[in-house]
Amino acid sequence: MKKPYDSDDEAIRCAQQTWQKECLEPELSVTGEWTNRFETYSGIPVQRVYTPSDTDNMHYTRDLGFPGQFPFARGDSATMYRGAPPRIYAYSGCPTAEQTNARYKHLLAQGAKELIIAPDLPTQIGYDSDHPMAKGEVSKIGCPINSLADVEVIFEGIPLDKVFVGAQANANSVVMLAMIIAAGEKQGVSLEQMKVLVQNDVLKEYFARGTQIFPPKAGLKLSVDCMEFAAKRHLKFIVPILYCGYHIREAGGSAVHEIAFTLSNAAAYVQEFVNRGLSVDELPLPRSLFVAGLDLFEEVAKHRAFRRMWARMLKERFGAINPRVLAMTLTCGSQASLFTAQQPRNNLVRGTIQALVQVLSGAKATYIATMDEALSIPTEESATLALRTMQIVHNECGLLGTADPLGGSYYLESLTSELEQRAMKLFDEIEAMGGAVAAIEQGYQIGQIAKEAYRQSALVGSGDRTVVGVNKFQMNETIPIEITRVDRKEEARQVEKVRCLRAKRNCAAVEKGLEQVRLAARMGTNVMEPVLQAVGAYATMGEVCDALREVYGEYR
Amino acid sequence: MTRQRPIKAVLAKPGLDGHDRGAHVLTLGLRDAGMEVIYLGIRTTAELIVQAAIEEDADVVALSCLSGAHEYHFPRVAELLKEAGMADVLLIGGGVIPAEDVPLLQAAGFKAIFGPGTTIQEIAAFIYEHVRE
Repeated sequence: MKKPYDSDDEAIRCAQQTWQKECLEPELSVTGEWTNRFETYSGIPVQRVYTPSDTDNMHYTRDLGFPGQFPFARGDSATMYRGAPPRIYAYSGCPTAEQTNARYKHLLAQGAKELIIAPDLPTQIGYDSDHPMAKGEVSKIGCPINSLADVEVIFEGIPLDKVFVGAQANANSVVMLAMIIAAGEKQGVSLEQMKVLVQNDVLKEYFARGTQIFPPKAGLKLSVDCMEFAAKRHLKFIVPILYCGYHIREAGGSAVHEIAFTLSNAAAYVQEFVNRGLSVDELPLPRSLFVAGLDLFEEVAKHRAFRRMWARMLKERFGAINPRVLAMTLTCGSQASLFTAQQPRNNLVRGTIQALVQVLSGAKATYIATMDEALSIPTEESATLALRTMQIVHNECGLLGTADPLGGSYYLESLTSELEQRAMKLFDEIEAMGGAVAAIEQGYQIGQIAKEAYRQSALVGSGDRTVVGVNKFQMNETIPIEITRVDRKEEARQVEKVRCLRAKRNCAAVEKGLEQVRLAARMGTNVMEPVLQAVGAYATMGEVCDALREVYGEYR
Repeated sequence: MTRQRPIKAVLAKPGLDGHDRGAHVLTLGLRDAGMEVIYLGIRTTAELIVQAAIEEDADVVALSCLSGAHEYHFPRVAELLKEAGMADVLLIGGGVIPAEDVPLLQAAGFKAIFGPGTTIQEIAAFIYEHVRE
């Protein structure tokens, strides 16, 4: 690194040779080392010690700079947490809209700042509760959202110009965004004042999360429809896409896959955005979502590397100059797959370390999983404990006063560069295949992730990686904590509810809306406006998605 | 008696759950353990799974579900297998499955339910021990 340290490279190298000979070798000959496998979670070899020589190729102003300045390695804003502490978001969905609303009010009262709906699987895949494919799945992992009526109930008493809300919606994001906007309008909030996020990163669904509905090209088109809508209407509080690495990692990928595939997907969205004649500098404010794992240094390095990779790609490839577009704001979730079913209270400790990773990474919005993650959807108690964990880390640990507090660590800077290099190599491979969509169609990402997941699993299986309570330090346990169960009768109630809704709405208005959706899809124009019309008339999630299925076909 | 051919396993995710990290890992792991594995992918129906089991003359049918919908899908697959005269297929399952559901699934015909943290070696060993000759 040029040159915060006064020792010159040659002197360091000499000193290191002496250290090896006089200090290290004698110690090794006596005690040895307890394993020959020292590497990061993602398999990057770790040296015994890092020195300024390991950051030789780095130039401070070129590669790090200051927070809020290109290339944003040290943060997306100049004041970082001095401007505002990290915002805690709640990702939550209960079996009914009423229960979800009550849970949200509880979480807001306890200090949550953003509410992200977890819809049930039929909703996410565009099936109403009474669809044959929805059988057995309704209300299971989240809240069923069949129509605008459900969204109205979910946000009853929660003003959408004051509270930032959003939804886990990808293949169906146009419909979900339209429903939330329509619910906001019913509250009397103007579109310009609404604070809404949709995840809308559909490309990763095809290889990491599995809620795709339409073929990849159509999926990409619909995702960019949301972005175009927000950009053209200058909706500065709407986040129409969250670039996601989270699920790539949770599907089994490494930290390198996580940032490489996210950047590659992002390149596809941005390219489609500018292909529509929009300027890259009008891109909606970029926000991304990654996991906080437990390998603290690798995780912090990963987040810093991604901010830098994004800024460089937007500047060098797309010619962006707007600093607001070059600065990637990070959302950070929890690597919940590391939470164990065994000795579940141990997960509180894992969550604490992940909360620490999030703040050290400069994430602006954070969420950690609950201790019962591996057993069921969260109880109110476990959700509150997760919230308190983040609040303790944010408020009691003295972490908010300075930006990027680990920056300058030889190890961290070396890892940041290493992750960026490895990720860009993968990124280039995908570009050579024709980009993210082409690679999806060839099954490239899914194969890479499966291979890495197998490697990870083998490490745990062989005991080369310790997981406390799973392959080491086990105990005999009985059912250890209270878990949530969804009432089996709930599905029937939801089916009844959606049938009632269909019977009492204005059918002509619904049909007209759906026809406009089909028309826009056939013409290749932006479907957002017609979808807004249709959902405003209480067309259901399933009906709007069916209209789109008629045009685009399906993809499993 | 030694087997004439490797054990053949059909792996599937019934229902809408797209979390198939476990299924991918198990596919690779059972192959390394010497079995032939056909992974049907996500969003399969009970009918499709049983049809594949018949066509492949499977020794093992392994289901994975993390969404909680196992209580609907798993017994249905068991039922359709019986109707198809394939009750002797070794039927196993895994995923996020509450302990209290395990006896119900065993009664429905599941020989084992594997929870989070299970190793591939445990599953492979179980299959070798319990599969029909």
